[in-house]
Amino acid sequence: MKKGAQPIKKRRGILGALALIAIAVGLYWGLAIAPPDAYQGQVQRIMYLHLPSILTAYLSYFLVFIGSGMYLWKREKRDDILAHSAAELGVLFTALTIIEGSIWGRPTWGVWWTWDARLTLTAILLLIYIGYLMLRSLIEDENRAASAAAVLGIIGFLDIPLIHMSVYWWRTLHQPPSILQPNKAPWENVHPSMLIALTISFVGFLLLYFYLLSLRYRFGEMRGEIKAQRLARGG
Amino acid sequence: MTLLKETYLLLWKDLLLELRRRESLLTMFFFGTLLLFVFHFSFDLAPDKIVEMAPALLWLAFLFTGTLGLAQLFNAERENHCLDALLLSPLDRGALFLAKTGFNLILMLLVEIVVIPLFWILFNLHSWNLLPQIFLVSLLGTVGFCGLGTMMAAVTLRARARELLLPLVLFPLMIPVILATIRCMENILRMGELGEALPWLRLLLGFDVIFLTLGVLLFDHVIES
Repeated sequence: MKKGAQPIKKRRGILGALALIAIAVGLYWGLAIAPPDAYQGQVQRIMYLHLPSILTAYLSYFLVFIGSGMYLWKREKRDDILAHSAAELGVLFTALTIIEGSIWGRPTWGVWWTWDARLTLTAILLLIYIGYLMLRSLIEDENRAASAAAVLGIIGFLDIPLIHMSVYWWRTLHQPPSILQPNKAPWENVHPSMLIALTISFVGFLLLYFYLLSLRYRFGEMRGEIKAQRLARGG
Repeated sequence: MTLLKETYLLLWKDLLLELRRRESLLTMFFFGTLLLFVFHFSFDLAPDKIVEMAPALLWLAFLFTGTLGLAQLFNAERENHCLDALLLSPLDRGALFLAKTGFNLILMLLVEIVVIPLFWILFNLHSWNLLPQIFLVSLLGTVGFCGLGTMMAAVTLRARARELLLPLVLFPLMIPVILATIRCMENILRMGELGEALPWLRLLLGFDVIFLTLGVLLFDHVIES
């Protein structure tokens, strides 16, 4: 076992526990303390999951971009593992976002799915990064898979603003952002209690994200270690 | 300057090969024509509807034929380790990217020059005077498609089931080009000019510039042996 693995494991455990606590508090605050929305009623409470999910998904894609760029530059295995791990989590959180959105959309808009700009963009992101994962799994040679995926990771991320623009020009139906508006400060638009619940949830999701990322990263490292040991034994 | 010269030499090699073998161009051309027939049978379009549908149908046909071309873009290099030989030679990898993009671009444009007028004939469209503008939009869209497509063809080059994987990774990334070309063509067909679709044309231009540049810069990493 690697030296220093034990403290890392312990720290990761603490991170996981903190994530659990923060999400539990955030949920309690969001479901019980914060008032229901003036127009949408109770349904709106899914926001406390929906917003953190999509923000962590975007964080993921940014990390894929950083990891990919670093890998092409330095050729270090760890950057590739980071990009791969982040891509998997990104797909997970994007899928969660779409599912939560559907659950909210059904009572609010009357449909599970609509071709609104933001929904479409999210679905396209999901497709791009599923393609990224498939590409990785279909190339046998590890180094080739890593550099091919890194190029896709960079191109995919740089394409997002263009896709964003085109899809928005194409159509917009999604409600405009209700918290971040240009002419008002965030706390003037929403009940402060709502904002607190959202912030706690967001912190919880971030902690959970980094907990999962570190687990997934360790998994990637272990895969490499097992391979190296097998090679050393000649099997 | 050497970049351009190398690109030219590589492009000439591909064109010469195509001239002798006549593989890609003919298959792409017949596939494109075949798609027009398939569309005609599946939609059974009324004359007033066709103006609305034409841009989307045309672009679908080009997307599919283009993907067909991209899938066999590196076939010649796969035989007899030609790719390794190319990579051993001291040429700029960016030139290889530009040459391959250019080659697929020429094939697709040749197909489009025939398929677009054919579309007008088969679907009884009368707006022949709009064809130059349609071609221009089509050219810009095809440049973007070939640039990004060549990158993705190279990225999937060593994957299993690469012919299936290629459209899977390529199409989601192509959404801006698909939307922009279709909106531009729609406006041209409806109004007789680009008009409000000008921002779309700029987006298309931006896409072309960004991905051609990225291709030249990143191709080195994609194609390494």
